[in-house]
Amino acid sequence: MALAVEVSNLVKRFGDFTAVDGISFSVSKGEVFGFLGPNGAGKSTTIRMLCGLLLPTSGEARIAEHDIYRETELIRRSIGYMPQFFSLYPDLTVRENIEFYAGMYEVPRARARERVEELSGRLGLEGLLDRMTRTLSTGWRQRAALATALVHQPPLAFLDEPTSGVDPVTRRQFWEFIDDLAREGTTVFVTTHVMDEAEHCTRLVIMHDGAIIAEGTPEEMRTRYVQNMVEVQAAPLWEALEALQASPLVREAALFGDALHVQLREEVVDPAEAVRQALGEAGVAVEAAECIPPTMEDVFVALARGGEEAVREASP
Amino acid sequence: MSGDLAVQVRGLRKAFEDVVAVDGLDLEVGTGEIMGLVGPDGAGKTTTLRMLCGILLPDAGEVRVAGHDAVRDPEEVKARIGYVPQRFSLHRDLTVNENIAYLADLYTVPPGTWTARREELLEITQMAPFRDRLAAALSGGMRQKLSLICALIHRPQVLLLDEPTTGVDPLSRRDFWQILYDLPRQGVTMLLCTPYMDEAARCNRVAFLHQGQILRQDTPAALRESIHSRIFEVRCRPQHLAREMLKRLPLVEGVEVFGDRLHVTLRPEAAPAEAWRALREAGVGELAPREVEPSLEDVFVAMGGEVENRKSEVGNGEDGESGGTGVSPILPSGEPPPPRTGETPVPPGGK
Repeated sequence: MALAVEVSNLVKRFGDFTAVDGISFSVSKGEVFGFLGPNGAGKSTTIRMLCGLLLPTSGEARIAEHDIYRETELIRRSIGYMPQFFSLYPDLTVRENIEFYAGMYEVPRARARERVEELSGRLGLEGLLDRMTRTLSTGWRQRAALATALVHQPPLAFLDEPTSGVDPVTRRQFWEFIDDLAREGTTVFVTTHVMDEAEHCTRLVIMHDGAIIAEGTPEEMRTRYVQNMVEVQAAPLWEALEALQASPLVREAALFGDALHVQLREEVVDPAEAVRQALGEAGVAVEAAECIPPTMEDVFVALARGGEEAVREASP
Repeated sequence: MSGDLAVQVRGLRKAFEDVVAVDGLDLEVGTGEIMGLVGPDGAGKTTTLRMLCGILLPDAGEVRVAGHDAVRDPEEVKARIGYVPQRFSLHRDLTVNENIAYLADLYTVPPGTWTARREELLEITQMAPFRDRLAAALSGGMRQKLSLICALIHRPQVLLLDEPTTGVDPLSRRDFWQILYDLPRQGVTMLLCTPYMDEAARCNRVAFLHQGQILRQDTPAALRESIHSRIFEVRCRPQHLAREMLKRLPLVEGVEVFGDRLHVTLRPEAAPAEAWRALREAGVGELAPREVEPSLEDVFVAMGGEVENRKSEVGNGEDGESGGTGVSPILPSGEPPPPRTGETPVPPGGK
């Protein structure tokens, strides 16, 4: 299958600091590829290299079949990039912003006008095209930013936290739009901190401290990395949380919505029973404790904590 | 006013030129409660918080926070609250320690008393190893922890948080909540805006804000029970065809994609078997539909739909109660972005 992104041993150092430490992965055309990781893991640095905005220290990468060192101009024409922070001109209208980006990408004027209509229709921006961008609330700015990133119909779109700060309804609409884009053939490379959203991806990697520490489909991620997960309802919940965090059998215990998600150590044979026992000993009333498949958030946290522990062990 | 209420708001109103951001809002938060404020983009959440802080003057209404009137005695209020703004607003060119000292000084906490508090907060946030690092060099999650430390250094009675975990990764978000969750036990009341419904679910009560008014407020459990539509999880192949087909069925209220599964919301009166038969007839098949409990996010989406329906019933501009501006629940209300100058963590002005 044709590859939209091909990365091999990519490294980026800033002075003594290694931001990206020899990562390799590939993305096939038409995928919705999720690029996850804690803040500071090196995701944005990687994206900037892949977009041809930042030169790597070493390693190879091909983006839309163009070389990341020698063909940055061709790469920029083949991709759309929606950066993490607001990329629009606040004192231009939404329409002017989209047309400005169209101009930069040398989209013919007539075609640009068509694209403004198409994209604003699909993103629900019709009534806002003549509004000053600075007067829009977050969700609408994000839509406008997405429109500017896609105005030239790039085969590959890099979206860096596109749903950051938007409300749940808008978030759902964003993902429906991303799903549609992918089905129409656009490859989507997306980052997010909302683990529900990661479920929309065809494949995911998790980056930690400059390295890729996990890779797979959402299903593989949920089944491969985390076992012994228990969901707990108890009252008072904070007492249950404290008791479980103090138990030597517990690897991780945290709030999850209005319940607790508890990961027991590998050697525990009956995790739900172990939880009930620990809470019984602490005198906390258990309403429910049942084994569940881990959520993507559980997986992320387990892997990121594992990564931190590994880093701590390696450092003197 | 009752002494058990940490926050008491009546008839609060604020307009920016011709845009009404907050439109007759009533809200009460009990001492030691965690209250979640949720709502679509531009519903007036940030404007409300800023008026509670005493940094933005309301056009009308009463605001009492921590026992003081935020309009008449904003300095008394500011001394008793902590505010974590949406955007990081501390000094990037100061270290963690220096930022804390600066805030403690602004809050006029006597030097001898806050150092112990600082150590305690650095300890529970696991920020102690980074105390000499410049704020500019902190990751997003660490910056938010620093904002929280600075907001708590003067032991406020009420903590106001404006989307404190936006852009924060899941690991840091867990750590951040571990700290928040402990505060009510120390008697701290919290009012929190959040776009994440799993965070709203941790609050004692949640208020849904829309066009500057509270549409409904209740415990997360009661809000979930108020959903009468039934939600089913199904797996179909190919999924996008199933999604399109389901959306066209009159008995279907909504369809959401969750990876390889669809969540199908059926109208309360609908017979589920009918929907599954339609799926089979369309040749997309269905695998073991499983009824799932509505989440707070489903409540949020349903509230948006409710507002839409109400609006189409009353027509444009006829509905004095809900504003009737004809703006869809997800359209921007036109709330202007808050001026940057107001993003500082509201230290009391006078000494």
